[in-house]
Amino acid sequence: MIEVIDAERCTACDICVNVCPTNVFDKTDGIPTIARQSDCQTCFLCELYCPEDALFVSPFADAPQAIDVAALKEAAVLGSYRRAVGWVDESCHLRAADRSYRLFGH
Amino acid sequence: MTKRYDRAEKLSSSAGSIVFDADVLVLGGGPAGTWAAISAAEHGARVVLADKGFCGTSGATAAAGTGVWYVDPVPEHREAAMAGREKLGGYLQDRRWMARVLDRTYAQSNQLADWGYPYPADEDGKPQRNSLQGPEYMRLMRKRTKQAGVTILDHSPALELLVDGNGVVAGAAGLRRQKGDRWAVNAKAVVIATGGCAFLSKTLGSNVLTGDGYLLAAEAGAEFTSMEFSNAYAISPAFGSVTKTLFYSWASFTDQQGSVIPGASSKGGRSVIARALRKGPVFAQLDEADAETQRHMRVSQPNFFLPFDRTGIDPFTQRFPITLRLEGTVRGTGGLRIVDDSCATTVPGLYAAGDAATRELICGGFTGGGSHNAAWAMSSGYWAGQGAAEFARQLGATVGRQAFRRGTIGLRSGNGRTLQGGALARSVQDEVFPYELNYFREAGRLGESLNRLDGLWSEASHAASPDEQELLRAREAAAMLATARWMYRSALARQESRGMHRRDDYPEQDDRYRHYVTSGGLDDVWTSARPLVWAQYSEAAE
Repeated sequence: MIEVIDAERCTACDICVNVCPTNVFDKTDGIPTIARQSDCQTCFLCELYCPEDALFVSPFADAPQAIDVAALKEAAVLGSYRRAVGWVDESCHLRAADRSYRLFGH
Repeated sequence: MTKRYDRAEKLSSSAGSIVFDADVLVLGGGPAGTWAAISAAEHGARVVLADKGFCGTSGATAAAGTGVWYVDPVPEHREAAMAGREKLGGYLQDRRWMARVLDRTYAQSNQLADWGYPYPADEDGKPQRNSLQGPEYMRLMRKRTKQAGVTILDHSPALELLVDGNGVVAGAAGLRRQKGDRWAVNAKAVVIATGGCAFLSKTLGSNVLTGDGYLLAAEAGAEFTSMEFSNAYAISPAFGSVTKTLFYSWASFTDQQGSVIPGASSKGGRSVIARALRKGPVFAQLDEADAETQRHMRVSQPNFFLPFDRTGIDPFTQRFPITLRLEGTVRGTGGLRIVDDSCATTVPGLYAAGDAATRELICGGFTGGGSHNAAWAMSSGYWAGQGAAEFARQLGATVGRQAFRRGTIGLRSGNGRTLQGGALARSVQDEVFPYELNYFREAGRLGESLNRLDGLWSEASHAASPDEQELLRAREAAAMLATARWMYRSALARQESRGMHRRDDYPEQDDRYRHYVTSGGLDDVWTSARPLVWAQYSEAAE
């Protein structure tokens, strides 16, 4: 489930509010809030669309978790999914790295 | 040359509601919906697309990666692709439809390449087009939908269809949940592309898929087919949402003590896993993947590794607990019944595409997995959009046409309690999640479950409409409830095991049931047998 909107990094662009397919976030006068955490389907797409690497989706789909944001930043976990799919300049070659054709038919 | 498209017209925008006038309204903004919207626009229609969530992230595809049933137009390859799964599907497929889906999928995939989708090339430089990365694919589809002049309404769930005095679909109405107001679209044709129903099981990306389109189509009189093929379950880590069952074909499965569970497998042994899970925890480890395979997995499906990387588990060397999450009709093959090549339903002006429509024509009674569903979404989306645009053109001017709201459950002022969506959804889950009810079916257990579901329906259909904040949740729960009843009624009618439908009391496939099961109805759910196309032909020839 979505656990973190990092206040340091978030620029209140509200992209996450728009793109979340299950409408978990609410806009505010400042940065968005996680208004309906239990509606989160753990699809990681808000993280993928966040241009500031300010979000963290915990992999636990059914229960909230305690999160150490400083440790996540230290380990460069924030933004790691975006880098893995090639949605940042440094790794954009990964957009065409799909090797599923080598895995089908196993 | 840039093609110019006519846009749908905003008729009014007052406090509390916004009204559009369009030729074609598409409900749902996943692959099928976006293909339908683009196709309708290319065929001259003014199009509005309304998505419950956000077109581009909504649905089972956007969050995942999917194979695509893309086969080069080499006759032997095409023949093998069609023949390969006929037995698994219980010989309910239709060769003519399989062939036209393969043709259309080939064309649409090549269109995606022209639009700039970053397909990989193999070692020989040959493009590989049998897989799509969900986020990348759907980001592109949103862009192309906008470029086609389609008006997109995000966070705008449909609540009910509008139908004219002759029973022809005339649009739909719904909520704009982030604006706190209502929308209505007067349209000459509507495409239902709202996906299947996964019952809020948190299988990846599927919690928007609650059968909403089924419910509003049924309220207008639409029929369903193959709803008994609705018990697909996917493997995921026990704590997580990422269902990528393909990768588990490199897994070994063990019990609490670490003993290998005999017969357990992602393919052909998933029922063994289901039975083992009823006794205790089951663990998987992808220990059959060599280093090269591991590298391919990493780049092909980065999200598969998020649950592991973020919990410090190495899935290749460490055991982790797994579960089976219900995928329902998303990976089942049932859905709205389509009656012609343009994906028209039994209701005039109403079309169906993608997982909302039946996939029996290409999959029979067993899921073709993401691959066939992705091919079906592209193909049926294209045809439904074209068909809807053509229907709208033939209908001509509709000035002064009266439209009536067809919504029922959850939308009326009842005479007692208000409908509690959250509680109702949990009650439905209690009937469809348990393996002993849905995975392994039996007349007695199905019958008892149906009694409870019918009771829930009777209660809910007399309940009062909840307030605006809870309205969508109530309609979603009602749609799940209706879906469960069509599923189980159809499952009772098929007194055999075929495809994914398995009956403990009828474990064998029975030739007398080589037909489709049609279903429908809301207060009174009905089923009937429908012959396969070839059987109709042979009957006519007699």
